[in-house]
Amino acid sequence: MSRAYLFRRTLIAIPSLLGISAIIFGILAAAPGDPFGQLVTNPNVPPAVIAQLRASLGLNQPIYLRYFHWLIAMLHGEWGFSFTSRMDVATLIMQRLPVTLAVLGTAEVIAVLIAVPVGILAAVRPYSLFDQIANTFAYVGFALPTFFTGILAILLFSVRLHWLPFVFQDHVSGTGWVWIWKEVKQSIMPVMVLALFQGAPLVRFVRSSMLDVIRLDYVTTARAKGIGKRRVLMRHVVRNGLIPVVTLVALQLPGVFGGAIVTEQIFRVPGMGSLLISALLENDTPVIMAITFVFAILVIVFNLIADLLYGWLDPRINLR
Amino acid sequence: MEETDLRRLINNVKRGRLSRRGFVKRMAAVGIAAPIANQLLSLSGVAMAATPFDYKPTKRGGGGTLKVLWWQAPTLLNPHFATGTKDQDGSRIFYQPLAGWDAEGNLIPQLAAEIPSLENGGVAKDGTSVTWKLKKGVKWHDGQPFTADDVVFNWAYASNPATAAVTSGSYTYNKAIKVDDYTVRVEFNKPTPFWADPFVGTNGMLIPKHIFAPFIGAKAHAAPANLKPVGTGPFKFKDFRPSEYVSGVINTDYYEPNKPYFDAIEMKGGGDATSAARAVLETAEYDYAWNLQVEWTVLKQLEKAGKGVIELVSSANVEHIQLNNTDPNKVVDGQRSSLKAPHPTLTDPAVRQALSLLIDKDSVQKYIYGPEAVATPNYVNAPPRYYSKNTHWEFNIAKANEILDKAGYKKGSDGIRAKGGHQLKYVFQTSINGPRQKNQEIVKQACGKAGIDIVIKAIPASVFFSSDVGNPDTYPKFYADLQMYTTGSNYPDPWQWMQSFVSTQASQKSNNWEGRNITRWQSPAYDKLYAEAGNEMDPVKRTAMLIKLNDMVVDNIVVIPELHRMNVSAQVKNLVTRLSGWEDDMWDVASWYRNA
Amino acid sequence: MAGLTPASISADLPGAAAEGQSKPVSRTLDAWRRFRRHRLAVVGLVVLSIIVFGVVFGKLLWPTPMSAIDFSASLAPPSVAHPFGTDDLGHDLLARMIFGGRISLAVGLAAMLVAVGLGVLVGAIAGTAAGRVDTFLMWLTDLFLALPQLPLLLLIIYLFRDTLVRLFGEEGGIFLIVVVVIGALRWMSIARIVRAQFFSLREKEFVEAARALGASRLREVVHHMLPNTLGPLIVAATIEIANAIIAESTLSFLGLGFPPDVPTWGRLLYDGRNYLDLAPQWAIFPGMAIFLTVLSISFLGDGLRDAFDPRRVL
Repeated sequence: MSRAYLFRRTLIAIPSLLGISAIIFGILAAAPGDPFGQLVTNPNVPPAVIAQLRASLGLNQPIYLRYFHWLIAMLHGEWGFSFTSRMDVATLIMQRLPVTLAVLGTAEVIAVLIAVPVGILAAVRPYSLFDQIANTFAYVGFALPTFFTGILAILLFSVRLHWLPFVFQDHVSGTGWVWIWKEVKQSIMPVMVLALFQGAPLVRFVRSSMLDVIRLDYVTTARAKGIGKRRVLMRHVVRNGLIPVVTLVALQLPGVFGGAIVTEQIFRVPGMGSLLISALLENDTPVIMAITFVFAILVIVFNLIADLLYGWLDPRINLR
Repeated sequence: MEETDLRRLINNVKRGRLSRRGFVKRMAAVGIAAPIANQLLSLSGVAMAATPFDYKPTKRGGGGTLKVLWWQAPTLLNPHFATGTKDQDGSRIFYQPLAGWDAEGNLIPQLAAEIPSLENGGVAKDGTSVTWKLKKGVKWHDGQPFTADDVVFNWAYASNPATAAVTSGSYTYNKAIKVDDYTVRVEFNKPTPFWADPFVGTNGMLIPKHIFAPFIGAKAHAAPANLKPVGTGPFKFKDFRPSEYVSGVINTDYYEPNKPYFDAIEMKGGGDATSAARAVLETAEYDYAWNLQVEWTVLKQLEKAGKGVIELVSSANVEHIQLNNTDPNKVVDGQRSSLKAPHPTLTDPAVRQALSLLIDKDSVQKYIYGPEAVATPNYVNAPPRYYSKNTHWEFNIAKANEILDKAGYKKGSDGIRAKGGHQLKYVFQTSINGPRQKNQEIVKQACGKAGIDIVIKAIPASVFFSSDVGNPDTYPKFYADLQMYTTGSNYPDPWQWMQSFVSTQASQKSNNWEGRNITRWQSPAYDKLYAEAGNEMDPVKRTAMLIKLNDMVVDNIVVIPELHRMNVSAQVKNLVTRLSGWEDDMWDVASWYRNA
Repeated sequence: MAGLTPASISADLPGAAAEGQSKPVSRTLDAWRRFRRHRLAVVGLVVLSIIVFGVVFGKLLWPTPMSAIDFSASLAPPSVAHPFGTDDLGHDLLARMIFGGRISLAVGLAAMLVAVGLGVLVGAIAGTAAGRVDTFLMWLTDLFLALPQLPLLLLIIYLFRDTLVRLFGEEGGIFLIVVVVIGALRWMSIARIVRAQFFSLREKEFVEAARALGASRLREVVHHMLPNTLGPLIVAATIEIANAIIAESTLSFLGLGFPPDVPTWGRLLYDGRNYLDLAPQWAIFPGMAIFLTVLSISFLGDGLRDAFDPRRVL
């Protein structure tokens, strides 16, 4: 059943990706702005040159033709060239990928590793002191945006205490332990700000879904049968309670590739988010398409994985 | 001082009856600063020594790495395709023009051996050509010699329409001819008083023929060297990551003695202006931060940390408010803001005058920009010799009320004035930018006190400053009553920039909104004088004409100039830089050094 | 059957249980009683009431105009004249927070309702219908998750802003667009959570029992499955409120939100962030306001859920 389901879902993924890519392309083409905006304000650049530049990028063709050109190139494994830098898009992405995975991946791992146990513990003893503290942190995490917590961290750890640098450098000098130490130092703030932001909702979701499951009848039944509290907790409560968490983490994981625009901007992390935002601001369609397309694939894949995990967490779930 | 007086004095200097110093003193007495006086002399053919830059290091290298922070970052490193300052700055680390402009607007030789002038025969008397002598012994980073062929190649490259170079404007109405291996003559189609455009400054950076020759025309964008520059500059290319990072290492063959001081350079991009300022002024993680458009109170506070200083350099930029001469709310021939539909109230001189009295430039300067900008009555503010002394401004709500009363605009029950069914209710648009929105609020408050209702509209900069024909919110469309932004001449000669008031340049649907005249002001007198100034070879007369053009714009309140803005940057305490408002910040990075 | 672990602190009070069992009272009254014993929920209700009262009637108590520029009081710390201090133009921050709070609270609540409404609708349909409907709805969810938001938002302004402003007036049109845009871009996670819960719930005994007893599909969903997804929903709702208040301010940077001179809380927080070392009040008061709102709504939500939980016997 599950294998047939997986097969069917994978098969459906292909047309749905095509649909998604067409819609994204359409939005990009229809949205206002153009790659040569800055030239317009420059009185020394004749309009004919701008027209010529647009033509050289194929921007004077109709949208559907541009889409098909893109799609055919994509099917051949060609990502195209950035409008603004004329660099191969795959190269551009590969330049950013390691940093993005390192910083955002670490943040996500920390968020999950801290949030899930904290959420479970908070649910086991609701309204205890531990629960209250965990909750307060969680509220801070999602009530305050990263543009604010990031600056607070910079003011405290960089400006006041001079402990940490706040400009992230991709080219850290040094070797061995010195290099590792420098990398760690510059990653602490962006990782922590992101981990707080991503972990905070997780804590609340874990806690609340655990509480829901704990109250369900069958848990009581299991308890009544004399199964130990710890076993009940692990076998029934945690597994069932993890369903929303799996959903949420699956939703967050594509972001590890896609980058975090605001946090990357604050700490100048040269990740995918900053590549995407500069491409967006300059209407660099090939770059935007490549990033969002990979992102879309990841969204579909991770959501599919989540669907399959539901069946594992609660064997009674029957995917149809 | 009248034009004739000026001319007399200049002639006295020429004939040796008056010393240069004497001339500068006389000018100072009538309120003309020394740089302007020098400029007048040099343009009138009196050779002058440029202000020497005090370069202290006595040997090349040894300065470590220079770390500079740009909150936007270069996307490619070919100066002919630079779409913004960031790209020009990135390119300028590696590429150089024949000459650059210093802060006072003097030409400083870079790859040229000397600056052409009437005296040395470089500039033709009829203004139809200029001859450049090149430095000998300059080598490209790959060891090839730099010659006249390279210069001529750059002309061919940029003027080829298929190349679609953004610098093409500087190479269109002229022609470069090789005289010998180290001499190039630029011939103009018509007498050109401002000859220092091709091969000079930002648009003049030269790329090597032996690398780019196969990539001229339509193939230009495929050149690998667009991302891996081979130039003549003080640093050799090391690494480039678009929108993020550029680095270079010292060019030990650099042609200037003892330069550069730094062994390497790193340009990091991204982030925002305020945190860039922090990284220099508060934590000194970086040595230099570019273009800090940040409120002065914030910058000042950061400077107090004592790690760095804020550097202000005068440029031509003027923050100004434009008044729409056409009606943005009426559709004629399928377009809003049509020349056929004059604005119902903004064409009334009384309303214009009232508005000009309601701009509290002093407060905007004092509480938002601080010393980053100076309140000004003029559209043309720099170089100082073009600064008109005939204009003035005042902030006077009572007087504005009085003028509107007299003109018959009566306040309605909502407190908004109206006449003939037309309310004085204006949409005031600008780009989204902290200081600008505060500026809008100050204008709105003052106008409210005079019975003029201002509706503030802010548009994302990426939309406002775009050429997107389909979007109603771009500034060339000007579908609003008032709009504000900063603009300025790229050259120390404002003539080309002043075409933004020429009648035929009116931005309309018929010209794809590409016309430069955004306010759509129509004035035959202005057009005539503008054309005359374009052919005037006498620098003094030409200066007087350009000042007159400014006065016409200001007196008719076509726009309300608000502030003459400075280029703002931050640098660590011991760093010595050489910046110029007429150039990109990296124009003379070879001369930067650290004080011991 | 009693729940294993009480979800409320009030469960520690033996009196509560005795009282609840001794007198047969209406369900609402009973719920109110339980709610009253939920200390944090009551605190949440009080704090939220103060905030709502403050933004609705604050103008009467604090009549200082919010847009009066006073350069002489620029960046002043909190004082009697300006209890919350001022910003760089000398605007009174308390007056601005009262004005902006109305918008922030309204946008936060309305956008949350849109997001939760859409999310529950899509999630519930996908979770019960399964099969093709589920596949299509999840495709739609994936699409919305993958859409690059910035160009989409710019496109929306470009296409709809003027029309909506014409139809609903400057304020109404913008409010509508902000609420719909935020709601429409944030329902996906809720939909997936609800759907996953439904997958699990529809196989549970009590739901099967209800089905066996002939409960209609709608009844099954509304009476048996939805109440059991309330926990995650309340969490999602509080997160959405915080998110919407912040998102509103980011929208105004795209020219999509309220004009820049409208001092919503998110906007104040954003504007004040660069002045944290110079005038901390500028960012701290709006930050606190958002935090307290989220906190109190969250406590309130927990209390309400506990109070109305049909399986709780105290």
